[in-house]
Amino acid sequence: MSGIRTVVGAPAERREGREKVTGAARYAAEQPGTDRAFAWPVPATVARGRVTGVDATAALALPGVLAVLTHDNAPRLAEPDDPTLAVLQNPEVPHRGWFVALVVAETPEDARAGAAAVRVTYATEPHDVTLTAAHPEAYVPEEANAGYPARTERGDPDRAFDSAAVRVDTAYRVPPLHNHPMEPHATTARWDGDRLTVHNSGQGATVVRDTLSALFEVPAERVTVVSEHVGGGFGSKGTPRPDVVLATMAARLTGRTVTLALPRRHLPAVVGHRAPTLHRLRLAAEPDGRLTSVTHEVTTHTSRVKEFVEQAATPARVMYAAPHLRTLHRVVALDVPSPSWMRAPGEAPGMYALESAMDELAGELGMDPVELRIVNEPDTEPDSGKPFSSRHLVECLREGAYRFGWAGRDPLPRSGREGPLLVGSGVAAATYPVQASPSTADARALPDGLFLVRVNATDIGTGARTVLAQIAADALGAPLDRIRIEVGSSDLPSAPLAGGSSGTASWGWSVHEACTRLAERLAGHSGPLPGEGMVARADTTGRADAVSPWARHAFGAHFAEVTVDTVTGEIRVRRLLGVYAAGRILNPRTARSQFVGGMTMGLGMALTEGSTMDAAFGDFTECDLASYHVPAHADVGAVEAHWVDENDPHLNPMGSKGIGEIGIVGTAAAIGNAVHHATGVRFRELPLTPDRVLPALLAR
Amino acid sequence: MWIRGPYGTSPLRKGIHDMGTDIHADGGLSRRHHSETTLQVNGKPHTLTLDHRRVLLDVLREDLDLCGAKKGCDHGQCGACTVLVDGRRVNSCLLLAVSLDGCEVTTVEGLTADGEELHPLQRAFLDRDAFQCGYCTPGQICSALGAISEAAEGHPSHVTDPSVPSGRPVPLSRDEIRERLSGNLCRCGAYPRIAEAVEDVVR
Repeated sequence: MSGIRTVVGAPAERREGREKVTGAARYAAEQPGTDRAFAWPVPATVARGRVTGVDATAALALPGVLAVLTHDNAPRLAEPDDPTLAVLQNPEVPHRGWFVALVVAETPEDARAGAAAVRVTYATEPHDVTLTAAHPEAYVPEEANAGYPARTERGDPDRAFDSAAVRVDTAYRVPPLHNHPMEPHATTARWDGDRLTVHNSGQGATVVRDTLSALFEVPAERVTVVSEHVGGGFGSKGTPRPDVVLATMAARLTGRTVTLALPRRHLPAVVGHRAPTLHRLRLAAEPDGRLTSVTHEVTTHTSRVKEFVEQAATPARVMYAAPHLRTLHRVVALDVPSPSWMRAPGEAPGMYALESAMDELAGELGMDPVELRIVNEPDTEPDSGKPFSSRHLVECLREGAYRFGWAGRDPLPRSGREGPLLVGSGVAAATYPVQASPSTADARALPDGLFLVRVNATDIGTGARTVLAQIAADALGAPLDRIRIEVGSSDLPSAPLAGGSSGTASWGWSVHEACTRLAERLAGHSGPLPGEGMVARADTTGRADAVSPWARHAFGAHFAEVTVDTVTGEIRVRRLLGVYAAGRILNPRTARSQFVGGMTMGLGMALTEGSTMDAAFGDFTECDLASYHVPAHADVGAVEAHWVDENDPHLNPMGSKGIGEIGIVGTAAAIGNAVHHATGVRFRELPLTPDRVLPALLAR
Repeated sequence: MWIRGPYGTSPLRKGIHDMGTDIHADGGLSRRHHSETTLQVNGKPHTLTLDHRRVLLDVLREDLDLCGAKKGCDHGQCGACTVLVDGRRVNSCLLLAVSLDGCEVTTVEGLTADGEELHPLQRAFLDRDAFQCGYCTPGQICSALGAISEAAEGHPSHVTDPSVPSGRPVPLSRDEIRERLSGNLCRCGAYPRIAEAVEDVVR
């Protein structure tokens, strides 16, 4: 059997690819039915206050309008764990854009017209939506997102900084960012008596089912949530969002199948965003480049609905050897929409700041920035002292430098010029933690020679079906085309959501166990299989979530070449190159797409993406795709992803690390550093749009 | 006769009627502001009584159950709804369907009849892994088809060499492809692979 275990690592084609290129793949809002009704939400138009009245008379008089849900008549919910799901439960308005009513109608047009006709009156209160580093209400939380301690300190960073030979004391700002998956958050809900069926665009159907079961007080076995195809999420669909709750309420109230696809402009206020982060970095080093002190302090905002703290200072706990190290998060609760996960929460903005500061330090030292990072390679994880299960950052930097053609680069800023264009190159490192959660799966050998593998994984575009089938084929010693795989329904064996770059590790672990067990059983079986086949199940609880004695992280290096137009201030990225050390790459075809996709989002973070919290009105001014600029085709030139082989026995049975997020992590810093190399100007606030760049070039 | 833009050659076209004044016996108020409209979709005629507010995208998705064209923004900002109308690519979320009476509409479903071979562009998207979540994919494919035709007809783009005489077919270089597909956003970042897939087909 071992002779054919070559499926993992092969560039298998996406299993659902044909459905996606032919338009046959069905997403959450695409569930036809004759009794289907459509919902349209009414967002609050004040930044803080309470609803004093909802006049639905005009809306209900419109043709096709079936119902108007408000806090007065909406079904009562059990108290949710996530307070952003307590929609239409009380008249409070915690931020602009919070949903205060929902119109249900026969057609999307009727619902939209109905929503426009709902009259809402408010008692407003003064609001504060402006984050500043010196905000008087800033506090140090107990922990940051993902359970990280908010503060760590080793040695005496201040004294070490004050006495250092070479120092950098600098500040950066990353603005609010929006996930904006191409598919807006959508739910189609239907009640059959006390049975609930929901099609949802979320990143994990098990968590949606469990949430609905708790909120509507229905046993979980009477709730089915299907997320067969999901049009991207990037964290914003990690857990249920208000669309799930509202559609389910509307279906219960009207007795109809109800589809609610959130309008694009509503998303920034209700599905989470990457909170703005204000960074202060203090780095101190010996003249040979060895860091003596690192301090990374972050101030961010959260809403008054719940506390979410972007863990942006955590990468400094992992990256570089420094005897004196302080990381600190502070947060201010403002009258803003609730922030949430966006691709590499913490690492993406944190590594922008840390890796920009490292570039500044390289400049102070007169040292090559690649070499500066190599000199500061730690023996163990700086924060915990744990040994790394594997760490090949240096190899990534060297391999990337070679492929990029870094050698011979003139380090002098503003040394590259082509007519009106300044040309520069930059580097930055990347890191992302290895995570996994318990999952269940089953595998069945069928009499016809096929194998059916079932796990409630969610394929949000990662190619989960494909890579899980590869894992199954290897464990079973069977050809890939004999594996059938079912994912995307809560009726399948329970599994965690697609997030934290942990999907393949979590689901794959249980698939591997179930298939290995089945293979053993089959080996001991003689004669034909019974009609229902032979099944094996797995539950990785206790193993996938076991505390590891190892520090487990993926690493990477990003290189960028940019041009800066001295006439217009426009920055273009000519080349982006990433090299990753992320365990075993299970499918190079889909892995490359994830790496390149992450780098592309990082390019957007560097150059085009930025949102503004309007101080007067309390909303995000860049709330749609015309004003919030995600990269377009013309923005994205040559983007290359490579990886170094890593054989790490301390991860999971596949030896894989997550790859969905690390691509974004160092990209913005690499681009920013390249812009500094090109221009001699250090920009410390993203995005690097011409309105910022040109004045700085002219003032120089 | 009120007429709209570039669409106007089909013999199926007829004048608008039912100008929102009559009330059908069955539907009362809900039937106001509806008109009978005939669309030729993927080669098949469909005569529908349409709400004047209904855009082509919703006709395809809700009336004809053709969900290949996606609703990403509903505002002409993302391109996920791109289809071909009388051979030209359009944002179907921006076109009122009653204004398209008699037009020929091609959606991604029209590129492959059931069980038949994939269109070369669809095959190239698979070969190049030119998508991840797939939500923008039908729009990318329809847009690429439109862009290939436009270039063949000699329509210049922002990056076309201005010294080339107009009307001559424009070779689709990588830069031309990227420029011409810039109305179709892909948040998964499949752009380099999409450009390669289009190159595979035009080469």
